[in-house]
Amino acid sequence: MTFELSERVQTVPPSGIRRFFEIAEERDDVISLGVGEPDFSTPWAARDAAITSLEQGKTSYTANRGKRELREAIADYVADRFELGYDPEEEIIVTAGASEAVDLAFRAFVDPGDTVAIAQPSYISYEPGVIFAGGEVLPVPTKEEDDFRLTVEGLEQAGADEADMLVLCYPNNPTGAIMTAEDLEPIAEFAREHDLTVLSDEIYAELTYDGNEHTSIASFEGMRERTIVFNGFSKAHAMTGLRLGYALGPAEAINAMNKIHQYTMLSAPTTAQHAALEALDSCDNDVRDMINEYDRRRQFVLSRFREIGMDVFEAKGAFYCFPEVPDGFTAEEFAEGVLREQGVAVVPGDVFGEGGEGHLRISYATGLDDLRKALARIEAFVEDHA
Amino acid sequence: MSEREVLELLRENARYSTADIARMTGLDESEVETTIEELEAAGVVRGYQAVVDWDKLEDERVRAEVELNVTLDRETGYDDIAERLARFPQVTALRLVSGDYDFDMEVEGDSIREVSQFISEKVAPVPEITQTVTHYVMTSYKEHGIELGDGEDDERLSFSP
Ligand SMILES: Cc1ncc(COP(=O)(O)O)c(C=O)c1O
Repeated sequence: MTFELSERVQTVPPSGIRRFFEIAEERDDVISLGVGEPDFSTPWAARDAAITSLEQGKTSYTANRGKRELREAIADYVADRFELGYDPEEEIIVTAGASEAVDLAFRAFVDPGDTVAIAQPSYISYEPGVIFAGGEVLPVPTKEEDDFRLTVEGLEQAGADEADMLVLCYPNNPTGAIMTAEDLEPIAEFAREHDLTVLSDEIYAELTYDGNEHTSIASFEGMRERTIVFNGFSKAHAMTGLRLGYALGPAEAINAMNKIHQYTMLSAPTTAQHAALEALDSCDNDVRDMINEYDRRRQFVLSRFREIGMDVFEAKGAFYCFPEVPDGFTAEEFAEGVLREQGVAVVPGDVFGEGGEGHLRISYATGLDDLRKALARIEAFVEDHA
Repeated sequence: MSEREVLELLRENARYSTADIARMTGLDESEVETTIEELEAAGVVRGYQAVVDWDKLEDERVRAEVELNVTLDRETGYDDIAERLARFPQVTALRLVSGDYDFDMEVEGDSIREVSQFISEKVAPVPEITQTVTHYVMTSYKEHGIELGDGEDDERLSFSP
């Protein structure tokens, strides 16, 4: 018998990086700049808290929305860091990674036929998430000349004024772009004017460099009531495998997301919630040290690309930069070539949607020694093909 | 501020090249060089050493932590005693500390015999020293901020979104 797959599942193409996995398997000396997660381990205090919670047998479900103390700690944290005010009782939900929160939002707010505008290039899960929820995707490409920031012009050109929802992710995966308060103001204006619901994935908020402070679009007037903010512990607290994130939004919206969550997930991983509570409680210094380290690597990698002669815009967030491939290559060809010939794994920008073509996502969530070696190999590859 | 940044990087890895330090901090290479020279000249940076895991070597290396109690008199202060002890090449670290004893001294040698002899013949007889307690190092787990275990393998997938 063959399984009858749903149309929704069939519509979504297989992941664009699958093929590269197989090539990478063929060599044993691959240095990967293709990794979208920290190379650091979770701060020890947080791991220790998780271990202690296990020793104490704290392995039952928690409240659907997450442990009350954790929601309170999250409320304090976002108030303190991003000037966001959310009520832990009704306006915060703790989820199995920001991934779950994003999925909940699509399912809670998108009806079949609704149009969801997505600023691209962007994290690869939004598009399938919209399709699984029955919505239509409207890509809104951003451009290198704008430092990959979303602009009102770009929104208008794409026809996003007709959309029902807008998804943005700054600091951005894959470009490393950030948007300052001044950059966001007109976007907020556009969303209010065209009555868009905004999903703002701010999981890289802490990883903002060069003296910039992260601003949330939800902090603008008239935005809180139409915005869901996503964040989590995967990036700044290096907790990817613990699977813990959260969403912030008006009570009505969070209640709707919780309705799905309570049936499909029950509650986010309990052990991870204990780790997260400790992470917010006592790991500020660990986070700061990791940020400093990323920032040095960021500057190192940007300098090296310039020395190699590849154009690269000054990425100021997350742990990615997004250089242009040299003339004569597509991103895909470059990525495949540098992997086969030099054993360096990078992700071609097209994978992340419109506006990504001709670029590579370079992750610097890798130690400096490996970065140094990888960049030397990329340099050799460029010289070999000049 | 560049001084602070350069110092931090040297403390992380003293073998970073000036070029790499420049790339990481956005300073010019010549600025980095000057900063390092200044740090050395001012005596802020006193030297550069390798962090060694002796357990990985065949040769024995004996290390001991020695607690010292001293009495002071009108002519002799802590600094006088310290200076005298620090001159011995066997002494690798010497610190005045708070608490139950006065000096915390680290000693190194090729054998237990050598180290004990040094303490009984050179340290204990110093007139101001009233008591020594010697702790031989059995295993070292962390040195200069570097863990000496097998480390954590990078188990990440080579590609992730
Ligand atoms: C922009 C963005 N959002 C969300 C996620 C998923 O995060 P989590 O581990 O919290 O599900 C990632 C992970 O790569 C990401 O890059």
